[in-house]
Amino acid sequence: MWIYEKKLQFPVKIKNPDPKMAQVILSQYGGPDGELGASLRYLSQRFSMPNEITKATLNDIGTEELAHLEMIGTIVYQLTRNLSTEEIKASGFDKYFVDHNTGIYPASAAGVPWSAAYIQSKADVIADLTEDLAAEQKARATYDNILRLADDPDVIEPIKFLRAREIVHFQRFGEALRSVQDMSDKRCYSANMNK
Amino acid sequence: MMENNSRQALLRKIQEADFFALDLGLYLNTHPMCERALTLYKNTVREADELRHEFEEKYGPLTATRSSGKTPWQWSKNPWTWEKERS
Repeated sequence: MWIYEKKLQFPVKIKNPDPKMAQVILSQYGGPDGELGASLRYLSQRFSMPNEITKATLNDIGTEELAHLEMIGTIVYQLTRNLSTEEIKASGFDKYFVDHNTGIYPASAAGVPWSAAYIQSKADVIADLTEDLAAEQKARATYDNILRLADDPDVIEPIKFLRAREIVHFQRFGEALRSVQDMSDKRCYSANMNK
Repeated sequence: MMENNSRQALLRKIQEADFFALDLGLYLNTHPMCERALTLYKNTVREADELRHEFEEKYGPLTATRSSGKTPWQWSKNPWTWEKERS
């Protein structure tokens, strides 16, 4: 189970609204390489992990991704406060606004709703951890793209924090993968084959 | 305003300590025999617990079960994470 704590992992305090930036950053909420997919990917894959290291790593990183989802939702929420109709029209946010107003909805920046097709769960530790390594790099690259488009330090600081976490997670997943390769002589890769 | 600033400063300290503990925890998952990381982890968790206790005494609960015995129910009263005065 989980226990909710009333604090963000890293502070988000955005003074100036920016609906265009909000729409871009929303991709890390419900886009193809976003935090919703990350959390559900790891928390689903963990059930078929074969050893202590891989179970703990997927459980805990999956949990941290939920905290990142909350940070992204907070950034988007704060960037869309007190918008005038003119700002909504001029920024291009009108296309999101017509369906969701300023509600936080899991979709990509282009408006494609989140899909479980973004993730896999194969009960095959090599396949799953290799996907996880790629997922962290794709998320890191997305944060690089966001940083290229962002100019407000209030936005840049939390995005830089999230980008750095992708790199740490990539490192931990690499170590978890090596722990499986080290035990590969003794056990099959696939958890199903041990049943 | 003063109170708001000191609340944010204390919350920031908790965030820093919790983050250090979380990151050490991920490291210990893949390096379970690392004595140095374990010592740092234990010290950081203790520090975070003390800070959390101080925060909750002054500004209200961070988790629902730490809500005090008085009414109105404190958990739903103080600001949520996405609200500007909170994070």
